Amino acid sequence: MCRLFAITSDEALSPMTAIEALDVMREGHDGSGVGLFLRDLGGPFEEMKEAPILSGIFTHEGIKRLDSYMMNLGFMTKYKISFKLPKKPAAGVPKRDVYLVRAYEYPGDWEGLSFQELGEKLMLVRLELREMGLANQDMIVFSFWPDVIMLKEIGDPMTVGRYMHFDREDLKARVIMAQGRQNTNYAINLYACHPFFVQGFSTMTNGENTAFVPIREYLMSRGFPGYTGFQSDSEVFTHILHYTITKLGLSLPVYKHIITPLQDDDLEKHPDAVLLKQLKQSCRRLIIDGPNCVMGSLPDHSLFMVQDRKKLRPGVAGGRPGRFAFSSEICGLDAVIPERDKSKDFQPMHLDTAIVGPDRQELSICRQTDRLHHLH
Amino acid sequence: MPSNRPITPSTLSAKDLLWQIQWDKEKCTLCGSCTAVCPVNAIELGVHRKRVVETALGIDKASSSIFKVYHGIRQKTDPAYACVGCAMCSLVCPNSAIMPLRTDEADKQIYHINRGGHPRSRGGRRNVPGGILDRIKFMRISMLTDPALDAGRHEFEIRTLLGRVLPPEESLQHLRENGWIPPVREIYPLIIGSMSFGALSPPMWEGLQMGVAYLNEEMKMPVRMATGEGGCPPRLLRSRFLQYVILQIASGYFGWDEIIHAIPEMQVDPCAIEIKYGQGAKPGDGGLLMWYKVNKLIAAIRGVPERISLPSPPTHQTKYSIEEAVAKMIQSMYMAWGFRVPVYPKISGTSTALAVLNNLTRNAYAAGLAIDGEDGGTGAAYNVSMNNMGHPIAGNIRDCYLNLVALGKQNEIPLFAGGGIGKTGNLAANAAALIMLGASGVQIGKYIMQAGAGCLGSESDRCNICNIGLCPKGITSQDPRLYRRLNAEDVAQRVVDVYLSFDTELKKIIAPLGRSTSLPIGMSDALGIDDFHAAERLSIKYVV
Repeated sequence: MCRLFAITSDEALSPMTAIEALDVMREGHDGSGVGLFLRDLGGPFEEMKEAPILSGIFTHEGIKRLDSYMMNLGFMTKYKISFKLPKKPAAGVPKRDVYLVRAYEYPGDWEGLSFQELGEKLMLVRLELREMGLANQDMIVFSFWPDVIMLKEIGDPMTVGRYMHFDREDLKARVIMAQGRQNTNYAINLYACHPFFVQGFSTMTNGENTAFVPIREYLMSRGFPGYTGFQSDSEVFTHILHYTITKLGLSLPVYKHIITPLQDDDLEKHPDAVLLKQLKQSCRRLIIDGPNCVMGSLPDHSLFMVQDRKKLRPGVAGGRPGRFAFSSEICGLDAVIPERDKSKDFQPMHLDTAIVGPDRQELSICRQTDRLHHLH
Repeated sequence: MPSNRPITPSTLSAKDLLWQIQWDKEKCTLCGSCTAVCPVNAIELGVHRKRVVETALGIDKASSSIFKVYHGIRQKTDPAYACVGCAMCSLVCPNSAIMPLRTDEADKQIYHINRGGHPRSRGGRRNVPGGILDRIKFMRISMLTDPALDAGRHEFEIRTLLGRVLPPEESLQHLRENGWIPPVREIYPLIIGSMSFGALSPPMWEGLQMGVAYLNEEMKMPVRMATGEGGCPPRLLRSRFLQYVILQIASGYFGWDEIIHAIPEMQVDPCAIEIKYGQGAKPGDGGLLMWYKVNKLIAAIRGVPERISLPSPPTHQTKYSIEEAVAKMIQSMYMAWGFRVPVYPKISGTSTALAVLNNLTRNAYAAGLAIDGEDGGTGAAYNVSMNNMGHPIAGNIRDCYLNLVALGKQNEIPLFAGGGIGKTGNLAANAAALIMLGASGVQIGKYIMQAGAGCLGSESDRCNICNIGLCPKGITSQDPRLYRRLNAEDVAQRVVDVYLSFDTELKKIIAPLGRSTSLPIGMSDALGIDDFHAAERLSIKYVV
């Protein structure tokens, strides 16, 4: 099993906060890797919310190819974080040439494009870089999106965090998601590490998705280039979220109705039965067969956690106005928000989606049998 | 044999026959039950003359040789009366004195069953036992991250969709704009396939209907049954039970006058309309109900005179191509029920299935495609069609499914597989394999006759005389003297037993794979086979 921790806070936090939470839950992961997703950034990135940030791992050769590729497109480096690493990597962490977090100025000819058009282009650049990197094994690209940084590395989360100095002042965010990995593959591929990202949507998952192959086939046949990769069966959760919200124009509470629809009796009784039945049928190939606990972050800065229907994975939500977190275990919450009212901790069950909105004032629970609001 | 008796080319000995009667004089009570029950008159009373040598014990007496007579049975060796191996004689024998045995070498009767230039026709299936479906294993057992589920206690949703499913974007748009949303039925994935009223006897048909009704109304399992092309009894058309029925229209249009006239009086819509363009047992050939079975009732339901043979044309004669048929017939049938009933074609397994499927993908009304593979059964067909024509179902379904995947329409047009499912008794395993290869559901016919009514037919060419109305179990006969052997209630009970046990077995397959929330359609990563080329062909794993 993996361990997940996600936090949203009024005040920008260091990713070490999440790493500490993973560390107290270390009995639940084997230290084979860590993935971080940071959004609503603090520090120097506060001043450049519109600038797309490229996150990834590069060889020296890869950096050269990246620079010439980006310059050809007309991207100019605006700001970058340089990780000064010891000569000898920490135990269990592979030696890398460059960890890259770099904000760019958009090319001149991209000016005037709508946000949606920018989003399409940014994604295509990321996918192209990913392809180039896979061909020469010199680049691994995690995300290329405004106000988003992603870092992933093999090794124990705390070891990696200390080795890379995640506690630095210029690396802070108000939304952080972190996964401590339990490796179930022989070789560790960083593209199989959570969280996953597509066009501003990111999710991470604990569990296994046994319906992975038919779902992958369905997503790949949607004709959308971003539904690619699939090194992990959990990547489809990010794609389904993106599909639900951007392609179908539905709201976050409907996500659960897509991945684990209600069974017939409950469906008949639901106030939105007509819509939900239609969704259950037309999105049948997106039904997951977990068990899974999914945590995710949306472009509007809301954070959510949703449980699969049939077998639950550990997951608890808690916090106080201004700071809420989702954690695989309660000890993770205790480590990061000890001052919260623990009696209000909530463990979402098979019908629940827990959501903390962009204002971070309350934890709301959407029960799947409830009426849906603001559908379209 | 006296030397002057004529020996014709078709003169055979018992040894030359496929089935040979073994009879035990010691056990025989001479009751005559076996000769009375034999559907093909293969055995008759035999008065046997036998020489008995009586050796004198004393020197003063002469030994003698006398002739005695004993009674028993005699197997006819005329190929026209050849034993079919049904073993009804064994069933009725009070002392187990008689039994047909299959010949230990290639039979010779096969060369002679074409008297008058009429090639052999029969019922049953391709006479080839076994098949690839039994070799497919389910090997993706959840052992680590996702422990296997409890098949007995977990909640499962074993349902499939029959009907044209709109892509999500269009579905939402039609919902918003009050557009037409094609009818979709949520049904149980094991369907009783098309066996016509006419092919089946009244108690068999009634038993199936009763079993299906019980499963729906008492067990809450949405099981559906298709009629075949022989129409539907008028009372059923006007009852609520019609919702459990898929009405079939085929090239003979038998029974459709009755159905069309009943539409205004229907209380409920039928589940769906199946347009038969072909069937696996006799691909490219039409129905073949022979005059023996066309009695008053069948004639009335089909709208034809009594006692005439009813060979349906191979194709729908009003159409010149399947493309046109797809376009026009589907739409006409939709119109008949006000666009509330799904309409889908059924074809025989063929290497041209993809072309048909591609046509359907471009037709907004097509509600699915049923494909009947070479192992499909029938009540009557030419032996040559049955044994040599057609396409195996596994490869056909897989190709079609992967084609839909390439088009992104795998959820829009459900595929239904038929033909040889449960041929060796492994119904749930065969069905699950086809579902994971991409079928949305499976259709069975022969299996339900065997399990539901005790059909004796087999792929070792046993019985298989459904075509001449002499079914010794009364399943495919229209002769009351035969079909009174079958009790409709007993059939219904067996149908329920079959479905309940199938349901448990299917769960026992999908639960260890970690699946319960939705039917694992296309979950090909779970499948493996120990044949490299078969694995390549089906795009599944080769496992040894």
